[in-house]
Amino acid sequence: MTQAPDLTTLSVGDVVAEATFPLTRDSLVRYAGASGDFNPIHYRDDVAASVGLPGVLAHGMLTMGLAVQPVVAWAGDPARIIDYQVRFTRPVVVDPAEGALVTVVAKVGQLDADAGTARIDLTVSAAGQTVLGKAQAQVSLAR
Amino acid sequence: MAVNPEIQGRVFPPTAPYLVGREKVREFSRAVFATDPINLDPEAARAAGHADVVAPPTFAVVVQETALAQLLAEPGTGIDFSRVVHGDQRFSFSRPIVAGDELTATLTVAAVKSLGAHSMVTAETNIVDADGAHVVTATSTLVVRGDE
Repeated sequence: MTQAPDLTTLSVGDVVAEATFPLTRDSLVRYAGASGDFNPIHYRDDVAASVGLPGVLAHGMLTMGLAVQPVVAWAGDPARIIDYQVRFTRPVVVDPAEGALVTVVAKVGQLDADAGTARIDLTVSAAGQTVLGKAQAQVSLAR
Repeated sequence: MAVNPEIQGRVFPPTAPYLVGREKVREFSRAVFATDPINLDPEAARAAGHADVVAPPTFAVVVQETALAQLLAEPGTGIDFSRVVHGDQRFSFSRPIVAGDELTATLTVAAVKSLGAHSMVTAETNIVDADGAHVVTATSTLVVRGDE
């Protein structure tokens, strides 16, 4: 089993992980199939335009799903994520040719030595603006 | 039409059991850029103490969706799906979802609130395994846009 990061070596504010994810329309089609969310605003420009959107958008749940992956890599086991929440504050527009870049910075937000947990706060942005609010993962480092 | 406030507290019947397939977990993992071998390789998952590949945290949305479909199909709620925007989402785990799990979801309408012309519906989906033991609670707030 991969050793969990040592909680006693962490401080609030430490950056524990950073990553950039290039999203393309292919990523959206792949997520639609994997998740079963076939809302056409995630792959059809004409439908997105008809409901007043600036373009085809990434599924909010795709952004939420990838944003926690750098935390999983740091924690060493996906099972160590015991709670994860986000607020969807801004859409990620995915250009048909250029795609979109989603960047994630994961920082220690709070430590609970008795419970053996760390709250990791995520800053998730695309095109220079944050797209998720209150994005927090509780990670169990007890084992 | 505004959301019917009387749906607050409503509990829907449990969904049909959802069998978590190994290839579905791998497919979902690739779709959310999950690269941990514990998500993809049964041997690596067993070596880490799991029965089979572990689903990424947000996989629970697939099971939540079966419960949300009941709410959205229900007549008289006043929830117009074409006006629904996903406001926030939370997953609280007792244990991770693993391939081979048979999961059942029970949705409760935890809250209905008005915010100007909009309504916010908080749906709490309790997901349990074949033994009835809690696996994860998925909480979703849907923002239903009103007439401007």
